[in-house]
Amino acid sequence: MAAQVAQTPPVSTPVTISTRVDQVGMRPLIASWVRGIIAVLIAIVMLIPVIWMGMTAFKPLPDAVSVPPTVFFTPTLEGFVSLFTQRRQLSAEEWEAMKQRTDLSWAEQVMLPRQQTIIGESQFGRQLLNSVIIAGSSTILSVIFAVLSAYAFSRFRVPGKDDLLFFILSQRMLPAVVVTVPIFLMYRQLGLYDTPLGMILLYTSFNLSFAVWLLMGFIDEIPREYEDAALVDGYTRLQAFRKIVLPQAVTGIAATTVFSFIFSWNEYAFALLLTSDNARTAPPSIPLILGTGGIEWSTIAAGSMAFLIPVVIVTFALRRHLLRGVTFGAIRKG
Amino acid sequence: MSDTRIVQIFILPTVILLICMNIFPLIYSLFLSFTRFSVISDAPPEWVGLANYQAILTDPRFWNNFAITGRYALVSVALQTIIGFGLAMLLRTKFKGSGILTTLILVPMMLSPIVVAVFWKLIFNPSAGIFNYLLGFTNINTSPEWLGQTDLALWAVVIVDVWMWSPFVMLLALAGLSAIPDYLYEAAAIDRASAWFQFRRITLPQVMPLLLIAVLFRTIEAFKQFDLVMGLTGGGPGDATETVSIRLYKLAFQGQYDTGMSSALAYVILVIIIAVSNLYIRQLNKARG
Repeated sequence: MAAQVAQTPPVSTPVTISTRVDQVGMRPLIASWVRGIIAVLIAIVMLIPVIWMGMTAFKPLPDAVSVPPTVFFTPTLEGFVSLFTQRRQLSAEEWEAMKQRTDLSWAEQVMLPRQQTIIGESQFGRQLLNSVIIAGSSTILSVIFAVLSAYAFSRFRVPGKDDLLFFILSQRMLPAVVVTVPIFLMYRQLGLYDTPLGMILLYTSFNLSFAVWLLMGFIDEIPREYEDAALVDGYTRLQAFRKIVLPQAVTGIAATTVFSFIFSWNEYAFALLLTSDNARTAPPSIPLILGTGGIEWSTIAAGSMAFLIPVVIVTFALRRHLLRGVTFGAIRKG
Repeated sequence: MSDTRIVQIFILPTVILLICMNIFPLIYSLFLSFTRFSVISDAPPEWVGLANYQAILTDPRFWNNFAITGRYALVSVALQTIIGFGLAMLLRTKFKGSGILTTLILVPMMLSPIVVAVFWKLIFNPSAGIFNYLLGFTNINTSPEWLGQTDLALWAVVIVDVWMWSPFVMLLALAGLSAIPDYLYEAAAIDRASAWFQFRRITLPQVMPLLLIAVLFRTIEAFKQFDLVMGLTGGGPGDATETVSIRLYKLAFQGQYDTGMSSALAYVILVIIIAVSNLYIRQLNKARG
């Protein structure tokens, strides 16, 4: 390993002046400015939906549905509170009485301008918890299985390897509904319908294909010489795997974990068709907010926000690995 | 432990899971596709031979579903390719903040499609949504109702799909562009080649392999599109946006729960997708080198 370090080329000062003959003078400079401005404008246009949703989540009801859309408003948490609670409309007298009271909880105060009082919890909290449990467990399982298989595929001659890999990947190509029909029948027989275990198993196998391909790319990049050296030094194959390969593959494993988590977290079709109440996750329930009690704009926006914020954060954390992640590890530059 | 043993143990969990969760269900549904059977009735599957397949291939509604899916896939992939590649050309040379800008543009493709569909439904809302407002339609009576009109609904879905997935094409195109060696352009500049010539003879051929992967990937994804359509229109109005996935869903899980017929349709879709994905995986293997 020491030899490897010594071979690293000396750090050279980056070239800051363009050496391209066609990039000298004013015109390229102006062109690059124009390009930058257009890019910023397009980015703003593309982000309008997300920004608008973020604003709607904090708008009081009249502002949320006003035409033209309001840009300045007093932010409120009505949307978030109504997402997690069940409420009852108050009569005028009750409302007056509520306003006089001083012992109201924080959430009740938030809902007061809407003339509503809280009568219980909504299902959404539990569904979000289901999402975390199911996505979390299936991610851990699929990454563990995938690290093992990816290592085997990367380092050894496996009979029928190409066919197996093709088969693994082709699982990702099928529309969810195609796979669901037989799974639905099987789960009903086995009593796995609408159970967290059933969803965890399904998401694990669903993510496995992606995780194997992605991790194979990362493990392929770790030089075999490290392991060979360790084997010569008396390590067993398993020790070499644990002490040499795993630590080197940490970045890859982390990226794969996050990608798998996002896929399970976002998954809709399986959850819609294979759960009903007990194991229902958040994605199939968000559209249902649309159906309940008129159009609860800020509630829907709040629900979407609560669901999307983790993904946005993760996107930024993962930006160096996005390219690899979305192409099954096939393309590594960028 | 010998290496062979380790390989076996390491691959075992993956193989077992795939057999239980993928191979078995596929074989089972192949069998069901030759039977008349419904999950909600107690009657056992009744063998009917190729009748289900015959019914599918002769029913005009199925052909309509395929036509809608094809139109949707073609238009949205074409637009994504043009917009994505255009964005990549804009963001190609680095400038201050271009890294953050690139990541921001990439956000939509990481979001949950069903959640995206739900909030776009609000955006398309004819009375208080901002889509019509931003386009300049302020009169509710004359402004288009994007999700409610048979001639517009499919294009509304295409708009959302393009919004969501152009960044994907951009990401791949950027990778392709950054790999083009500078000396090619220098040589072209010395030869006084026009910008258009440089684009057509250097940029385009060099990016092509990656662009092709992006297009294939998006085509497959467009073909299996379910979440977005379900969330935006549910296949309506009428059957204006009834793609094959939606049709399959309705057949299998609504009304009669026609499991036999839906298994047959699933197999028809499966054959098409495997044919396309075969192409895709060949490209991937070429890219892996």
